[in-house]
Amino acid sequence: MTETMTGAQAVVRSLEELGITDIFGLPGGAILPTYDPLMDSEKIRHVLVRHEQGAGHAAEGYASATGKLGVCIATSGPGATNLVTPIADAHMDSVPLLAITGQVNSHAIGTDAFQEADIVGITMPITKHSFLVTNAKDIPAVISAAVELATSGRPGPVLVDITKDAQNQKFEFSWPPKRDILPGYKPVTHPHGRQVEAAAELILASEKPMLYVGGGVIRAEAHQELARLAEVTGAPLTTTLMARGAFPDTHHQHLGMPGMHGTVPAVTGLQKADLLITLGARFDDRVTGEVSSFAPGAKVIHVDIDPAEIGKVRHADVPIVGDAKVVIAMLNAELEKRLAGKKPDYSDWWQFIDGLKTRYPLGYEEQEDGILAPQWVIKRIGEMTGPEGIFAAGVGQHQMWSAQFIDYDRPNSWLNSGGAGTMGYSVPAAMGAKVGEPGRDVWAIDGDGCFQMTNQELATCVINNIPIKVAIINNSSLGMVRQWQTLFYNSRYSNTDLHTGADTQMVPDFVRLGESYGCLSIRATNEKEAEEAIKLALETNDRPVVIDFIVGRDAMVWPMVPAGVSNDAVQYARDARPVWEGDE
Amino acid sequence: MTKHILSLLVEDKPGLLTRVAGLFARRGYNIQSLAVGSSEIEGLSRITVVVAVEGHPLEQITKQLNKLVNVVKIVELEEENSISRDHMMVKVRTEANNRSQVLEAVNLFRARVVDVVSDSVVIEVTGDSAKCQAFLRVLEPFGIKELVQSGAIAIGRGSKSMSDRIK
Repeated sequence: MTETMTGAQAVVRSLEELGITDIFGLPGGAILPTYDPLMDSEKIRHVLVRHEQGAGHAAEGYASATGKLGVCIATSGPGATNLVTPIADAHMDSVPLLAITGQVNSHAIGTDAFQEADIVGITMPITKHSFLVTNAKDIPAVISAAVELATSGRPGPVLVDITKDAQNQKFEFSWPPKRDILPGYKPVTHPHGRQVEAAAELILASEKPMLYVGGGVIRAEAHQELARLAEVTGAPLTTTLMARGAFPDTHHQHLGMPGMHGTVPAVTGLQKADLLITLGARFDDRVTGEVSSFAPGAKVIHVDIDPAEIGKVRHADVPIVGDAKVVIAMLNAELEKRLAGKKPDYSDWWQFIDGLKTRYPLGYEEQEDGILAPQWVIKRIGEMTGPEGIFAAGVGQHQMWSAQFIDYDRPNSWLNSGGAGTMGYSVPAAMGAKVGEPGRDVWAIDGDGCFQMTNQELATCVINNIPIKVAIINNSSLGMVRQWQTLFYNSRYSNTDLHTGADTQMVPDFVRLGESYGCLSIRATNEKEAEEAIKLALETNDRPVVIDFIVGRDAMVWPMVPAGVSNDAVQYARDARPVWEGDE
Repeated sequence: MTKHILSLLVEDKPGLLTRVAGLFARRGYNIQSLAVGSSEIEGLSRITVVVAVEGHPLEQITKQLNKLVNVVKIVELEEENSISRDHMMVKVRTEANNRSQVLEAVNLFRARVVDVVSDSVVIEVTGDSAKCQAFLRVLEPFGIKELVQSGAIAIGRGSKSMSDRIK
């Protein structure tokens, strides 16, 4: 059975057939044909954003909160190039994202036509794959292939660029489409059994193992298998910035986050371990510090669905290519068989780790003069909201504090731009998350710098009834850059002052800005006001909430390993390195 | 620096060469030569790429290339189990008194003259890159007016073919 329709109708129908229910986008000339049938779709909700970057991050937030595909749509030229940042972001953080862009008529391609940009060429290095469609009849097959590519194997962004004439052309539509089988695409999900056995052997021979858990565990929905592995081995565990929530923070085996702003137990645990059980992590420079001195005494088991990650930065003694969920389940079975009810004895190792946990817990200094401590604000937001909430951070100090001081208990409750470090991610990502998970409290924990990059999406939230809660951690500056200037540039604050906070002109006034968008807007300058504001925000679900928390600007993120330095040099606070008893 | 020859079977899609070349550029890998043409299978092209690498990045190159959706198969062709050829055309200045010397070199290297005018000849030669380089050194004293060279193409020895492995 076929049906005569236009390419534009086929775009909408294909998305419907693939189960897509939410799209974020903004129309323009070259995508106009597709917006016409989109208006009639009863299965797809289209959220009209105010800037295409917002559409891209919203689709990312939607995907990261739900585990489903995020879809965004834009017109040709500048519409498409505005998607470049979110596409790059999704590429770094392995977010399943489908970006559909209109393109000028096929006969106009290459003529420098109005709003023409070679978006396929521009995004080649930052997409998992991309397609240029110039024939209507190719649309169903390409969209179906694009969705499969974005969501399978190591997820990532896929771009489908469709010329205007292809959208207008009529053809015979049928579903499912006859499709090339992507002969060059065969992600390995099932590992070699022998490699799993070798991993089990290493684990049982180890005296100081660490579970080094990355975002792949969340993307693979392998948290239950991970919980079992932690139980079977009893080994200490650390979750990277991308993996916060993969394992409950309240669990005693969890040492917190590793890396540049990781906890002393996690950073030092990795340094002193004799075995890293690496699950869906990629030895990012923010985790390893100076690679040559990272975990010098450790053998490495490296589980990843992307073979190119294995051995890229650190040699793997036992490489395992496969889906984390499958691999960890097989590893659990193998370990349980070998252990036969017993538990490995890591008591000496735990004694060392527990000592670190006691001596170097996460903490922060109160601000002087009763000014709000940003860490306290973020901690209270986490406590008062609870583990069922979703927290989307921007990039910078507030992001690190959100990763450190909120206890995560479930996967997909923590959203952030980890690899790309995209300022402005938070508000649109929270918006997308709220569309995907309308029953949850969704917070955008943002900085005053980040907020000014994408706050226009508050209009989208108000108009479309997407009641997110925005916490601006307002320290009146580009805080993380300022921290580096304090530490490494003799406190010369070159161009980091934003004049939004205490004792400044407050441009803009975030409360009046929020009000003008129609948000409930509150300013909090002390702990009492802050508690009341958070409480009111949690009770308010008929419109978005903006809270302008005026915090001290001199607060810094600790612990810290300076960039490019060995993780042995982790500083607990300024000029304070942990002391290792009986250290070599 | 060690030289490796990679043979790729790729889907014949628009932009494919950009994807392959772009990958080398952005990951900082060095291409010595690159040759593209059709293969024995319709819809698949064959790329021969010669790379010079230090340490172990060859494995990374192969893995990253494999991530390109349009790349169907990659093999490294080892020198002892494969045949590699460059194709070169050289325009050499000749005069009546040295033309015979040039022709002698042509014969020695089993090259061919494909165009002759009064003051120059165009010579075509195929061979591995060492032979082509040696031939150039011999021709140099006469005066090389123009040189054009293809990237290396390479094929494995024996009866098996690269596409056997994708069936």
